[in-house]
Amino acid sequence: MNFTFTEEQLMIQQAARDYAQRELIKDVIERDHKAEYPTRHVKALAELGFLGMLVSPEYDGGGMDTVSYVLAMEELSKVDASVSVIISVNNSLVCYGIEKYGTEDQKQKYLRVLARGEKIGAFLLSEPEAGSDATSQKTTAEDMGDYYLVNGTKNWITNAHSGSIYLVIAQTHPEKKHRGINALIVDKNTPGISLGPHEDKMGMRSSDTHSVMFTDVKVPKENRIGEDGFGFKFAMSTLEAGRIGIASQALGLASGAMERSIAYTKERKAFGKFLFEHQSVAFKLAEMAVKVENARNLCLKAAWLKDQGLPYGFASAMAKQYAADIAMEVTTEAVQIHGGYGYVKEYHVERLMREAKLTQIYEGTSEIQKIVISRELLK
Amino acid sequence: MKILILIGNVPDTTTKVRFNADKTAFDPTGIQWIINPWDELALTRAMDLKETTGGVVSEIVVANVGRQETEGTLRKALAIGADKAIRIDADAKDAFYVASQLAQVAKGYDLIFAGIEASDYNGSAVGGMLAEMLEINSVSAVSGIQIENGNVKINREIDGGSQTIALPLPLLAIVQKGIAKEPRIPAMRGIMMARTKPLEVVQPIAVEPKTNITVFTLPAPKAACKKIAEDQAKDLIYLLRDEAKVL
Repeated sequence: MNFTFTEEQLMIQQAARDYAQRELIKDVIERDHKAEYPTRHVKALAELGFLGMLVSPEYDGGGMDTVSYVLAMEELSKVDASVSVIISVNNSLVCYGIEKYGTEDQKQKYLRVLARGEKIGAFLLSEPEAGSDATSQKTTAEDMGDYYLVNGTKNWITNAHSGSIYLVIAQTHPEKKHRGINALIVDKNTPGISLGPHEDKMGMRSSDTHSVMFTDVKVPKENRIGEDGFGFKFAMSTLEAGRIGIASQALGLASGAMERSIAYTKERKAFGKFLFEHQSVAFKLAEMAVKVENARNLCLKAAWLKDQGLPYGFASAMAKQYAADIAMEVTTEAVQIHGGYGYVKEYHVERLMREAKLTQIYEGTSEIQKIVISRELLK
Repeated sequence: MKILILIGNVPDTTTKVRFNADKTAFDPTGIQWIINPWDELALTRAMDLKETTGGVVSEIVVANVGRQETEGTLRKALAIGADKAIRIDADAKDAFYVASQLAQVAKGYDLIFAGIEASDYNGSAVGGMLAEMLEINSVSAVSGIQIENGNVKINREIDGGSQTIALPLPLLAIVQKGIAKEPRIPAMRGIMMARTKPLEVVQPIAVEPKTNITVFTLPAPKAACKKIAEDQAKDLIYLLRDEAKVL
């Protein structure tokens, strides 16, 4: 066992912390209020290498390990989960999927620009009637010989508007059920693609979410990832990796709320004593700390397994479920500790609480994670 | 043009300061070390100059006096963009000792940046001493520097205004806030490359420090706020003058 981070891992953690505490903090409340996309920050973080930090340098990525990714995601999410979700989707769903399963041509054409953050990727799996149940894809990719004809609607798509390279999961052979599903790389500018309105979300308001409609969209055959029918396995494998990103995001929301709570209890007095001197408050902080530490260890364990090339799906499902659930608990307690101040936007914790809620829902709800975990137990 | 930046390895500015039992040395247990903030700004400005003057700046080197545990700070400087680091393998005993050690590696540079002070011991002495030892010009309180056609123009904040001066090279600039807006955050690529850049370790020369620390004393804890009732507001002026001595 070795819990020591390398110098590089610590430097990345510090770089993410510096950017979050120096830059993201400046306009995070305003962007949340206006539901404004963080264009400036995405560009700056791309220049620093965060948008493709997990991609090999061979394809213009940062070549960082997943442990570094957890550390960076936590620091960014302490301040701004809308920005960190953009990074998470680009890195651990889109770039990861293309790098692991794409052809050399696909990597040259799409991975490089995604890793440099010049273009942003989106992952199109959810549908109006297929959220958690990914096997029931209604979107079709009809085999037309040298191209696929895509029709259908995808829902809740992060980066749908800001992104320009889509990974689309669609059904080619309905009779084969989930074994007939394909994953296609689709350029957003292809004729026949249209976006639904900007979703007016409760949290993560600075990241853009839309539904995406496909009407007779022609996608070249060479844009299919893997063999015919590989799409479902592809989606499950990328989601396994994606969970580490969202788990670390939830961790950051929890640890950010905890840090704000600790600072507040040292400033604010009630009944002649600082808040932390009241045992009821101090115990809340202690409970938060245990939960945050547990979540961090689960995230790092999953990341470490992935970096070692070992199976990590079980660990990443546990990390995602636990970190998301405690993020909700810890941010709610943080609002309680802040009292009335916690309920207003200036003190940030109400936003962290709104954002934490989404981590229990997207990229596999907490309930879906429990299915993954329990199936593994009963194998 | 070659630029040398003197790098101090200092405790994070939010550190809670503690001393050893006889109060003659700082207790470094559990401290997070950082680049001295003024040195980090100097490095940032040097990087800007390298990137904006089209090949005029050929190399940026960073140097410090410290043991192996200070290499993290040097590697951060390499991650930010310095081309090479030099570590003189000795404890930084006092300003004269540090300047004497640096003098052996600081020859041959056109421009040397030193921070106006270190954020730990606030000595403000190394830069000036080093310039004297190297027998080159030095300018203090530099808040801006430009290179135009091989000439250096320097801005200094002076009482009630600012001053711009032109100087020949070589030159040691003792820089303060304003030299760069904010320190650079190292990019992933820089962090990866830092491992492959040269970090040279130099043995110290025999020099006796000129000073000896007798005792460190922490400042008295802040006294509680004094509240003055509304009807006694006029007492405030006397308290500010006689007790707080701020008037």
